[in-house]
Parts: sequence; C-alpha cells; structure tokens
Amino acid sequence: MDVRTPATSFLAGVGDAALFAFKAMRLAWTPPFEVSETIRQMYELGLRSAPLIAVSGVAVGVVLSMHTRASLERFGAESMIPAGLAIALVRETGPLTAGLLLSGRIGAGIGAELGAMRVTEQIDALEASAVDAFRYLVVTRVIACVIAVPILTTVMNFAGMLGGFLAETTATGMPFHLYLKRAFTLIDITDYVPATLKTMVFGFIIATTASYLGFNTESGTEGVGRASTRAVVLSSILIIVTNVLLVRLIFFIFPKAAGG
Amino acid sequence: MTRRSAAVRMDHVTKVFGTRKVLDDVTFDVPAGGGFVIMGRSGTGKSVTLRHMIGLLRPDSGRVFIGDDEISALSGPPLSEVRKKMGFLFQSAALFDSISVGENVAFPMRRHTQLRDAEIRERAKQKLAAVGLEPDYDKMPGALSGGMRKRAGLARALALDPKILLVDEPSAGLDPITSEEIDALLVDMKNQEGATLVVVTHNMLSARRLGDELLMLHEGRAIAHGTPEQLDHHPSELVRAFMTSQHAG
Repeated sequence: MDVRTPATSFLAGVGDAALFAFKAMRLAWTPPFEVSETIRQMYELGLRSAPLIAVSGVAVGVVLSMHTRASLERFGAESMIPAGLAIALVRETGPLTAGLLLSGRIGAGIGAELGAMRVTEQIDALEASAVDAFRYLVVTRVIACVIAVPILTTVMNFAGMLGGFLAETTATGMPFHLYLKRAFTLIDITDYVPATLKTMVFGFIIATTASYLGFNTESGTEGVGRASTRAVVLSSILIIVTNVLLVRLIFFIFPKAAGG
Repeated sequence: MTRRSAAVRMDHVTKVFGTRKVLDDVTFDVPAGGGFVIMGRSGTGKSVTLRHMIGLLRPDSGRVFIGDDEISALSGPPLSEVRKKMGFLFQSAALFDSISVGENVAFPMRRHTQLRDAEIRERAKQKLAAVGLEPDYDKMPGALSGGMRKRAGLARALALDPKILLVDEPSAGLDPITSEEIDALLVDMKNQEGATLVVVTHNMLSARRLGDELLMLHEGRAIAHGTPEQLDHHPSELVRAFMTSQHAG
C-alpha cells in the first residue's frame, strides 16, 4: 500500500536533496578531481556572469547613491555619502544582490542543462561510459560556484562603488581620489571578509539546488522547464533565508561588523 | 550453459517501478561472441533489461553478471572497470550535445586511456570512418540526421573496443534503408571484433538480421528463448505471431 501523502513526499524530497548536497560536499574533497571540467565550469558559470554582475553593480551603485544623498542632505552630511554607500554595498547589498542575480543566471542554466541531459539520456551515457556523472557534472559545478560567487561579489562591490562615484561626480563634481578616500574611511577588513565569504554558501546553495533539480528531472521538455524555474525560485528563497542566519552568525563572530 | 561461458547472465531478476512489476523473475544467459536479441512488444521490459546489464538500474531481487563480475552488486571504481569493457548505443544515441561528434567519440578514450591527443583524434577518426562519418568529425551533434546520430553513437560505443555491445532499439525512428545500414554495421562489428552483441528491438526484420539467439519478453517475463528457427516453430501462438510480424518501426 502506498502511504505517501503530499507532506511525506515533501519531507522525502527535502531529505533526498540534503543527501544530494552532503554527497556533493563529501566528494569535493576526495579524488579523482575533475580539474579541467571544474575550470571549464568556472569559465562558463563565473567569467560569463561577470558582465551581468558588473552592469548590475554600477546600476545599483547609482541608485543607492541617489537614495543616500536624498537622506543625508537633510542632515547636511553629504560628505558621508561615499562611506555610507561603501558600507551598505560591502556588508549586505553587494553579497545579497550578487547572490540573487546569480541564482537566476547560474541556477536557471544548471537546472536547464542538467535537466536536458537527463531527459536526452546524456547522463546515462556518461555513466555507461564509465564516468561518475555525479562527480563530473555536479561536484564540478558546486566547486566552480563556491569559488566564483565570492569573486563575482567583489566585482559587484567595486562596480557598485564605481556607480556611486558616477552619481556623485555628476551631482557635485567630486573627484575620483576624494571619493575613494571618503569611501574607505569607515570600512575595514571585518566588513569585507565575512560578508564576502558568506557568498560561498550562496554559491553552494545555487549549485546544489539547481543540480539536484536538473539531475532528477522527469517528464521530458516540460520537466526541463520546471527544473529551471524551480532552481531559480528555490535557490533565491534559500539564499534570502540563509542570509538571515549568516548575518546573525557574522555578528556573533565579528561584533565589530554589527557596529559594536 | 554455465555462468563462466556466458558473457551476460540475468539470474532471477525482478524489477518493480511503483506498483508495476516491469521484470518478473527473468533468467537467461547471453553466450559470448554472438548476437543476442531481446524482443517483445513496447513496454514489456526490454530496455529495462538492457539497463540492468550495464548497471544503470539495479534489480529489486536477483543478480546480473557480466562474465564473472556481479555488476548488480558493484558501485564506484569496480563498476567503472566493468563498464569499460562494454559499449552502449542508446535509442536516442544520447550524444553529448555540447561537444563535437569527433569529441563524442574521443571522450571515452580521453577518460580511460593514456593515449596522446593526436593519437586519440586519429583513433576517433578511424571509428567515425568505420560508420561512414569521418568528414563529420567537427560537426555538432545537432547538425546530424537521426541515422547519422545513431552511427555516431555507435562509433562512441565502440571507442574502447568493448567486449560486449548493448544496443537499444537500433531501428527506432529510422527509415528501413538506414535501419538496414545500421544493422549491417552491427553485424560487421560482431563478426570482425568477436564482440558479444545484445540488441533490444521490436522490429523482427532487425531481430532476424542481428540475432543468433532470440529472447522474447512478454509482460515482464521471458516466455521464449532460442534460435530464430526454433522460435518460428514455438508452441506459443503469441511468439509465432511476433516472429511472423514485419514491423519496420
């Protein structure tokens, strides 16, 4: 007798996904390492995402700068705009925005690619060719994302600051060296490192969620579309929720990051 | 026939998907070096049987042997070692669509041999030439017709000179002439390389061309096993009816 209900099916799915993620984490540390495929994935998932992140970063910087100016002008604290913008970007806006953008760009890509490989029997063909498909397809993408997302977050931060400068210099004619000097007056390494390193977790979430959904795709091309959409939705939700826990953890480990 | 002389042995294999028993206590031996055809109507468990032979599926009960290796009990590197002795031509060819046709054929060699790049390319070209696709080395799989994809898939399946070649529905989706060409390639491979050929098909024309022995599955059970001549005179009307059918698809 089949005793499955929607609730038990959901819990079974969560358990299955967790085992999938643990397996990816475990195999990432054990040989054989698929070095060339990992490098290829870093190019595909990382480098090719850089234009999206850079352009978005500039736009976010411009908008943040305009909002910050509107607020600080009331108190005559316009000189604090570069520093306020830098802190907002480095601590939270940069990492979270990069994570969400990449969950769309990378999550959809991995979900669709692996889903299509599943329904066209390419994953079975890998296995039949005596290749560990999980290690070759999943672990390589997980490692590539864990490495690439923090780097792309840093790109986002700098692009955001560039956008902030463009907004500032347009509004006040502020020179670049003065903008940089003011931007880095309040920021230090404890603002940058924990906030950027937490995006390694975002990278892990994006890659494992999308790979899990793609790897387990059913129902042909319709299933591929569903895997791709779910990969974006689920990884975005998980990033937002996990971010709350990570920020709390960072505040606990680095009280200074909380302003303490 | 003893286990030692069998290239493949299915030993009381049962497989259930959901509530449906797809294979029901299936037992047979595939003799080494010949052509063995598994036939039957659609949905009778033919492809599932083939997938058990290469370890893509595991039986719920029973065992599957490749030579003396119980593939149904293997995983990780030992499973890979057994798979290296086998080739698998998928129904859809299952070419890797992100790399060229030539690189598809070279892929198993790059993974499992120490050959240099130039030598791998040369061998991949030879494999493609054997199936009439040497000029198409640099084409992407999406640019090939159905028959060409099948031939490229065959070249990839033969890349490591397997001792056992598993073929899933070689005629599916192909016109009769192309289907005959693919069958001729498989017969050549069997005769020249001495490999064991295991073919799943519901096309009797193809089954007669390829099979020294035929096995008929019906509703997950093996109901007949023998030479084509023996099955032509099988007591079961169902088997005789299938043997006289001329399904070309």
